[in-house]
Amino acid sequence: MKTIVFKLVTVFVLLGLAPLVLSLFHLNLLSEILILAIFALSLNILVGFTGLVSLGHAAFFGIGAYTAGLVSLNLSNNLLVSMGASIIVSIITAAIIGAFCMRVSGFYFLMLTLAFSQMIYSFIYQSTNITGGSNGLSGIPNAVLSGFEFSNAVYVFYIVLLVFLATYAILGIIVKSPFGQVLIGIRENELRVKATGYNTSVYKYVAFVLAGAFGGLSGSLYTYFNGFIAPSDVYWTMSGNVLIMVLIGGSGTMLGPVLGAALFVILETVVSSYTDSWMLIVGSVFIIFVIFFPKGIVGIGQSLMRLAKKRKLKYDAKRKSKAA
Amino acid sequence: MVEDKILTISGIGKSFGGLTILKDISLEVEKGERIGIIGPNGAGKTTFFNLLVGDIKPTHGKIFHYNKNITKQPNYLRAQNGIARTFQKNNLLNELSVLENLLLVLQRRQGYGHKWFNRREEKQYPDLYLKAYELLETWGLSHRREVIVKSLSYGEQRQIEILLGIASDPSILLLDEPTAGMSQSETNYIVKLLYGLPRELTLMVIEHDLDVVFGLADRMVVLNDGEVLTVGEPDTVRKDERVNKIYIGTGDED
Repeated sequence: MKTIVFKLVTVFVLLGLAPLVLSLFHLNLLSEILILAIFALSLNILVGFTGLVSLGHAAFFGIGAYTAGLVSLNLSNNLLVSMGASIIVSIITAAIIGAFCMRVSGFYFLMLTLAFSQMIYSFIYQSTNITGGSNGLSGIPNAVLSGFEFSNAVYVFYIVLLVFLATYAILGIIVKSPFGQVLIGIRENELRVKATGYNTSVYKYVAFVLAGAFGGLSGSLYTYFNGFIAPSDVYWTMSGNVLIMVLIGGSGTMLGPVLGAALFVILETVVSSYTDSWMLIVGSVFIIFVIFFPKGIVGIGQSLMRLAKKRKLKYDAKRKSKAA
Repeated sequence: MVEDKILTISGIGKSFGGLTILKDISLEVEKGERIGIIGPNGAGKTTFFNLLVGDIKPTHGKIFHYNKNITKQPNYLRAQNGIARTFQKNNLLNELSVLENLLLVLQRRQGYGHKWFNRREEKQYPDLYLKAYELLETWGLSHRREVIVKSLSYGEQRQIEILLGIASDPSILLLDEPTAGMSQSETNYIVKLLYGLPRELTLMVIEHDLDVVFGLADRMVVLNDGEVLTVGEPDTVRKDERVNKIYIGTGDED
């Protein structure tokens, strides 16, 4: 436990220095990466740890974002109030959708999550008087916390960083906990886990709600970050993007989704400054990863480490034999 | 005296569409009894097990665990209540280590399955790990503890399949062909372990190796074509002509 706290503080201090060295443009890029990393981490609970591939996770991102926006506009722009509302609404939505989706598995689960998220998308798109419809939701006031206004990119960055680290720590513990081990068991062989005496439906349901809650949390951060929400953030392509982040980074690992989100955002930013068809490049990268590196960036890292270790062993042995 | 019967199976049958797999099976199992189940391929042995553990529901008939009607109880609840099974084909968490496979069973039994906010590690759950090490020691698998299951030999995987069944501390253990596909020496090893199981544990064993099952069982059930052909002590069943005809000595007389 102590080492985890130490690691977290180190990362916080290191990343916390970012505003001093990065330009505003790059700082915003980093904020976006961290927000999407939370989003990808939440999906990874389902895809990577429980083995449930969802193609509707944008629903929770959108619900979190719109809830935070609407609460800030109409009720209170207190950070804790709007963020709390986002999480609660996301949990309720996930609890309802999950009750249906848990009845099916595999391909049907994927299609059902897609269907639900598109329903939510079309609701948001058509409720012009509430959500602004295709114009999006604008004019959202800055978040406030006990008199302090998160009025510029640096303040927002710090709140994003804090929430990111908390999310990483909490999910990191959950996946290593006995509960998390059951989820991994379900991913590996649900029949066996059932035969062991676990009510796997309940475990999957909890995982679904957990993923929804953190998905909503990332959405609320996106609202503070952007000050504006477009319905395209709830569209199914968003679900596809986050799935790509998880898979490119390495599903079933904690670091993977974070690296995946980083690579995705960087690719998007860099490539789209050269060509409009940046999705073509992202698509190609995705294909290369799926075929050659199915374990993602983290998998490549692990292979390299193993290779280096082998090399070192060989080198050591050679030196020894020479010395002898 | 009903209390003595750990399982009472009354007239269960299973049909899939028009195809009847099991017709009308009735059997009473005493606590601590060891029952061998034999029969030719397609006799319905595994289906019978699937009905008992609740992986499938019977078309008709009832199953009682002690006095409780468990016919409609889902499989995970039956497992929690002490009806464990091993699978005919190894059915393990192949990408995880031997220890992880075992811990998943033990943490359920110790009631830790829902703990979600601390890491499952030896420091946090010393009793869990101690129990796991103990079992691995007894089963001669200590040195394979950290090995990923899929890289074990078939025989070792088979051993783990049985170990996981026992680790859940069941009152009835259903073993579906425990020695299937094993070499003679591996079979001997498994048989020795099965003989050494505590007497109060009720066993039901489907087995093709007749030497194994006749030696182990107190009572034999012979299934044929979805029906009970005969029930009796191993010696009686061994001499039964009908059994010989359908199962053991086919071809001798013809």
